[in-house]
Amino acid sequence: MAEFLAHYNYWAAIVLAMIGLFAVIARGNLIKKLIGLSLFQTAVFLLFITIGKITGATAPIVGAGFTLYSNPLPHVLILTAIVVSVSTLAVGLALTVAIRRAYGSTEEDEIQHKDRVPERE
Amino acid sequence: MDRKEGRRAIEIYINIVLLFFLVATGLAAVLLRNLLASAMLLGIYGLLMAALWVVLDAVDVAFTEAAVGAGITTVLMLLAIALTERHEKRPSRPPYLALLAALVTGGALVYATGGMPAFGDAAAPAHRHVAPEYIARALDETGVPNVVTAVLASYRGFDTLGEVTVIFTAGMGVLLLIGVGARRRKEGGGS
Repeated sequence: MAEFLAHYNYWAAIVLAMIGLFAVIARGNLIKKLIGLSLFQTAVFLLFITIGKITGATAPIVGAGFTLYSNPLPHVLILTAIVVSVSTLAVGLALTVAIRRAYGSTEEDEIQHKDRVPERE
Repeated sequence: MDRKEGRRAIEIYINIVLLFFLVATGLAAVLLRNLLASAMLLGIYGLLMAALWVVLDAVDVAFTEAAVGAGITTVLMLLAIALTERHEKRPSRPPYLALLAALVTGGALVYATGGMPAFGDAAAPAHRHVAPEYIARALDETGVPNVVTAVLASYRGFDTLGEVTVIFTAGMGVLLLIGVGARRRKEGGGS
């Protein structure tokens, strides 16, 4: 039983990732899709940080009186990934604003409908 | 139960409570139709995530998540919503297929965690490779007691340069999409 429950942090990361995946597939609103994308990204961060955690360890800052430190490498990777995720979010939101200016909508089906039925001018 | 064990038990409780809050705010952010409320919930989600990073010993990540994940992300979201629409329209058909895809993928991933080492296991393969070397040598070689900073700025400095390149590219992209480039196209083309 204890062995079965030893993976709950991984499961939480998977649940969060699936909430994000659902939003990206099911929601037609472009901003909602980006919210789903950032949920998925933070879920991946959670997976990495969970791998780096050691029970009873302390933060990886070397100091007297501590011998056991959590793994610093996932932290380094995720620091970079957080910055990259904000960059992708910014570009995605800028694309949404540009699409809204061109099509007058942020709903996927309305945008596709306008592409299929060109306005007569 | 001695003091050390008690501290570990409290850590696990805080961890689990935070995970429940995270799932609840994440779910609410996706299910709400009001985009403004969704953006605010995403900010709360980022702050909860930062708290969880502290529990999981990733203090540097916690700083960054609180500043970037909870701060800048929320500001960007609010700006985008101010420039577009506040409300999301109802989808025309129920999202059964998306639900199925998420459940199947999630089930496969949960099944795969059976092959992962247990949470917090000090003997896991991830902790036996280069990480002990970094922890043992970082203070002598770089003079920085914080191993994360030592790896980020010294050992893997080139990666951080790449990260700065990503930020620069993203900034240029945003400027071209809705800033200078878009205005010039409107003035020149007319269509």
